[in-house]
Amino acid sequence: MLEPRPNPSRKMRLASPLIAIALTLFVGSILFIALHKSPLEAFHVFFIEPLSTANGWSELAIKAGPLILIAQGLAIGFRARIFNIGAEGQLIMGAICGGGIAIWLDGVDSAWVLPLMVLAGAIGGGLWGALPAWLKTRFNAEETLTTLMLSYVASFLLSWLVSSPWRDPGGMNFPQSVMFGDAALFSMLFEGMRVNTSIFIVIAAVLLFWVFVTKSFLAYQLTVGGQAPQAARYAGFSSRRTVWVSLVVSGVTAGLAGVGEVAGPIGQLNLNISPGYGYAAIIVAWIGRLHPLGIVLSGLLMALIYLGGEAAQVTLQLPAAITGLFQGMLLFFLLGCDVFIDYRLRRRKRKPRPVPSSGPETISAPATIMVPEPVGLPEPTAAPLRTASIQGERA
Amino acid sequence: MTTPPQPYNTSGEPRLKLLNITKRYPSVVANDGVSLTVQPGSIHAVLGENGAGKSTLMKIIYGSVQADAGEIMWNGRQVSIANPAAARALGIGMVFQHFSLFETLTVVENIALALGGDFDLAALAERVRSVSERYGLPLDPQRLVHSLSVGERQRVEIVRCLLQNPQLLILDEPTSVLTPQAVKKLFETLRQLASEGVSILYISHKLDEIRALCDHATVMRGGRVTGETDPRAETSASLARMMIGRELPVCHAPVYHGDSAPVLAITGLSLEAEDAFGTRLSDISLTVHRGEVVGIAGISGNGQAELLAALSGERTSHKQAVLIADTPVGHLDAGKRRDLGLVFVPEERLGRGAVPAMTLADNALLTAHREGLVSKGLRRFDAARDFARRCIERFDVRCGGEGAAARSLSGGNLQKFIVGREIMLSPKVMVVAQPTWGVDVGASAFLRQTLLDLSRSGVGVLVISEELEELFEICDRIAVLAGGRLSEAVPRHTTDAEAIGLKMAGLFGDGAHTPEVAHA
Repeated sequence: MLEPRPNPSRKMRLASPLIAIALTLFVGSILFIALHKSPLEAFHVFFIEPLSTANGWSELAIKAGPLILIAQGLAIGFRARIFNIGAEGQLIMGAICGGGIAIWLDGVDSAWVLPLMVLAGAIGGGLWGALPAWLKTRFNAEETLTTLMLSYVASFLLSWLVSSPWRDPGGMNFPQSVMFGDAALFSMLFEGMRVNTSIFIVIAAVLLFWVFVTKSFLAYQLTVGGQAPQAARYAGFSSRRTVWVSLVVSGVTAGLAGVGEVAGPIGQLNLNISPGYGYAAIIVAWIGRLHPLGIVLSGLLMALIYLGGEAAQVTLQLPAAITGLFQGMLLFFLLGCDVFIDYRLRRRKRKPRPVPSSGPETISAPATIMVPEPVGLPEPTAAPLRTASIQGERA
Repeated sequence: MTTPPQPYNTSGEPRLKLLNITKRYPSVVANDGVSLTVQPGSIHAVLGENGAGKSTLMKIIYGSVQADAGEIMWNGRQVSIANPAAARALGIGMVFQHFSLFETLTVVENIALALGGDFDLAALAERVRSVSERYGLPLDPQRLVHSLSVGERQRVEIVRCLLQNPQLLILDEPTSVLTPQAVKKLFETLRQLASEGVSILYISHKLDEIRALCDHATVMRGGRVTGETDPRAETSASLARMMIGRELPVCHAPVYHGDSAPVLAITGLSLEAEDAFGTRLSDISLTVHRGEVVGIAGISGNGQAELLAALSGERTSHKQAVLIADTPVGHLDAGKRRDLGLVFVPEERLGRGAVPAMTLADNALLTAHREGLVSKGLRRFDAARDFARRCIERFDVRCGGEGAAARSLSGGNLQKFIVGREIMLSPKVMVVAQPTWGVDVGASAFLRQTLLDLSRSGVGVLVISEELEELFEICDRIAVLAGGRLSEAVPRHTTDAEAIGLKMAGLFGDGAHTPEVAHA
């Protein structure tokens, strides 16, 4: 059974992503051995090869950009215990709105096209986040469900748009829009590499979120709302505002990421604008410990897993599922590590040991959940609501 | 359960003997060479301030904490108690201050859960009935716990222990939830148990009760035993001296001469319960003036939480139901009421009055952001640290500085910090719930005097407390909240504990009512 640790270690909390990575690599090795591949070679393909060329780094930046951007927004909500798991849908809505501008202004060669797209993408994503916020504050609808369901709505909307009204007439009936003009694309930073100026949006966002999280009173209010909802109510911090800010901000960042994709490496609207960035960003946010700078590191790691997964498919003939597998393992081990930081395992003894006739006798019996201890029970609902002072009184 | 009833031991050994029990925590030595002897049939008080080490010692006896050093002798044999189940197997029962009952289950189902193993509910109900009658603790085994009063819930806990035929019963602050009349009944039960040979460890800080009930007292201070005495031969003052090492501090209430306009007026406040187990507030009216302390007595669960939420703004009501200095605020949220000069100290310090994992400086920001700790939406860290430092200094908060986490403070020191923080917001009216609950004697006196001084500076203070003595010490007028109804606030000098106790049982308003001390 698990029992809470009196003093969860702060150091371990920071080390836990590293332990999770190590465990992922370990289990990954077993996996590769089972597939009759050399783990060393596999890891070389997975983690070293992608970064052995300048182009590899460019690809890393392209993949890390949207992950970092989305995760920054999600982390704000996660701090406040508002769980937006539909960033994928908000990304798609951002791409639709931004891409819609590009299609509408197709052929217009103005410096305003791209900023307009970015704005539209932010608004699209923001609205798609605002919808669950409204549902939660108005009808108390669980945001984990509504955000996820709205992702499917966004996905179907995109699929309808690119197969019907916005389909490229010269596209041989493929479900995709026209290729965007140069005015509707982020310009490349280096010759022959796909990394583009959208990376500055990511960098600006990181800095902005860093200031917001560490310095702003609003972020403080959100954190209080997440850590101690009663204290937030007591202080008069609005829980509605927490919901709105959390969901709209994460919607906006996801929407921006969506524009970055369609006005960047993809260059059009089609059905494959995101390889699950919206979902992977949830993992990125947690592995980055919800900290703006931590998220940069974890975003780069996750991007590497994407790249490595692609390389593994090509070089090692491994299935595409390998990417998802590594993502999943990473999150699983991270959450596992976090559990053991807050709790420790205590062995449950079944039967009392025989009592020796001399010397200290140890009588053990299962300490089950029914033991009437003030701190052990889940929510004893007896009248006086004074749990505070149990914790307050130190021995 | 399987232990045969054996309340007597024939060997002449003490029931429980602790030898040099030591328990160290990373930051504090909770028990430092504590020795204690409890005789069969003795009602033995363990007296001490918060932080004196009483709780840790009881947890060691009950097996939920293991001592680092020392010996435990049980009926003359050395034992080591690995966990509470082992303690119960030995014959040690404990009644906690906070009940752990499931409200949606019946009395007998709750007891069955605690006993564990296979059980026959019908037979168990019969045992519950017979034990409860035998000890004067009337209890209907089939009633749902949520329909029981607090006193009855405590009976469930006691009966639950008694069913296991304990030889030692530990009670932790058992009277804090009882009316004066119910306290008398509890004492009768405990005396009966003692006469049958059951030893009782009675943890309390109420000196009068200990003198009335206990035949032996072990006094603890700072983790050590500082005295062994027969409390019947002591005075409250002499016990207090042993407990805190100096005279019992007394509060001074100077006469207030200033303007006494109303600062908080509650008129006809009615509020439906938020959930099935809440209390409905009906037609509550009360006025608090500048310069006075008004107290609301009553046992928690009679609408205290609901009234506090309605006053603080955590729940809103009819616009005119609450006025702060003539401004209707019934419809405003907590933040807006604070803007108008209301401050509030809740009874839950950790999690409501303060965020446990945050530092004191961060916790200052919780309500003191109005005092220039935020500028243009950004936090002014220096200002927050400075505010917290001033609060720590002015209100004598013992802690590791403004960078200490709220949860690292003792109950009393955290309370001083929260009260101090609220006072530093220059309020017009201050609402305080259980100001000294779980707070040691020295800090309690300090807090009471602080509230008195605050009121005499022209602030209206409303105190909601279960501690009658406290209310009589600091309040100018006292009202009673029972069953969601509030009695008229009467001047302190015109009433006494007995009269307040009757009102706590709900006997006010309709004079035709025959006094009956039902399930108090």
